[in-house]
Amino acid sequence: MEVTKRVRRGDVRAVSRLIRDIEDHIPGARSTIKHIFEHTGKAHVVGFTGSPGAGKSTLIDAAISLFRKAGKTVGVLLVDPTSPYSGGAILGDRVRMQRHTEDTGVFVRSLATRGALGGLSKAVGDAIHVLDAMGKDIIIVETVGTGQQEVEIINHAHTVVVVLVPGMGDEIQALKAGILEIADIFVLNKANRDGTGKLYGEIMNMLNIVGSFPGGWRPPIIKIENVFEPASVGESLEELSGKIDEHYQNLVDRDLLGDRIRRKVVGELNDALRSVILEPVLEKLVETGELNRMVDRLIERKSDPYTIAEEVAREHLNGNI
Amino acid sequence: MMVAKPGLDGHDRGARILARCFRDAGFEVIYTGCHQTPEQIAVTAIQEDIDCVGLSCLSGAHRYLFPEVVELLRKKGAGDITVIGGGIIPNRDFKLLYDAGLKGIFTPGIPLDSIVEWVNKNITPKG
Repeated sequence: MEVTKRVRRGDVRAVSRLIRDIEDHIPGARSTIKHIFEHTGKAHVVGFTGSPGAGKSTLIDAAISLFRKAGKTVGVLLVDPTSPYSGGAILGDRVRMQRHTEDTGVFVRSLATRGALGGLSKAVGDAIHVLDAMGKDIIIVETVGTGQQEVEIINHAHTVVVVLVPGMGDEIQALKAGILEIADIFVLNKANRDGTGKLYGEIMNMLNIVGSFPGGWRPPIIKIENVFEPASVGESLEELSGKIDEHYQNLVDRDLLGDRIRRKVVGELNDALRSVILEPVLEKLVETGELNRMVDRLIERKSDPYTIAEEVAREHLNGNI
Repeated sequence: MMVAKPGLDGHDRGARILARCFRDAGFEVIYTGCHQTPEQIAVTAIQEDIDCVGLSCLSGAHRYLFPEVVELLRKKGAGDITVIGGGIIPNRDFKLLYDAGLKGIFTPGIPLDSIVEWVNKNITPKG
């Protein structure tokens, strides 16, 4: 197929149009994904997550430079939130990585969440495949500014970097489930600020309680002071890119990459089932006004959600579920 | 949409307000900030598969910078991307910019809504 060939040749226009078509659910995009899928699975996918303003984009900018210096090509996907009111979005992460724009070894693309929860856009999974098929060695995914629960990135990345900054809460926050659990690498950013020592201690304590780490990988904590003063942070940035490589190598050496890939593929299958089975049914229900009638029945307490769902399954899925 | 500021001009309030205004009208807006080279703007527009690039310039360098963006897009096989511009642009420069391939010019005093309206009317999303 023509598009597949162009994507694999690294044709930027073909790649960027395909990603748009994926976002817009254009049917042709799905068939292209079917063709490129066999050429994917080669890239190392690295996720960066953390609260808004923690410095994710700026760190990614620095990481890109180091990966490029090591001779690797880089694809970057940057997710920013969609307005719940207008459906519009301002995608501003690129502002931090302008110096790589003219480097043809780097492809950067912004994506809006378009209502998806979990800190990513629904298109991220397929967009990763596209950059992978394009031949990028490293694919960096930046989530929206996250809070506690947006952990969807673990279904897409081999390595997850959680970026923290001092002054965001006490040690109880470090006990909670969610985002702190998913880190393969912690970055303690803006570490020239007050409260850094305390935060470092809290994360250290949190890790000390953990009995054993899968694959023997204890998430390192990397302190990075002021990224804008390269002279003083050069070493810690190199430590970060070194640890990202090391983490991937550890997954390979200990035969754990398979687990991550399995987790990723299960997530993808889930998404595909939803878009192939559930979404067309929902669309039909909306189109025919059936959905509204169901909602009315629920509000009047004439039926319950499970009975209605079973009715839908009988009617639309030949009762096979 | 993409909103960008080419050149050395750092007055970005207008660009930011415009980005916000398009966001509120339901557009996805790539905002790339100040001090962009025409090359950076063209590459970004292509990577992001933009329908319409809005350039803002208040320094007087629009006569060189705006046509340069149009030309670079054309050279990169992306002449289908519409370029519009705004800022402190004297009437006598309009012809030069339109001749260079800009499709719309918006100067101070034009209501924001009318810019959104122009885009809605004149730009058909690709795909």
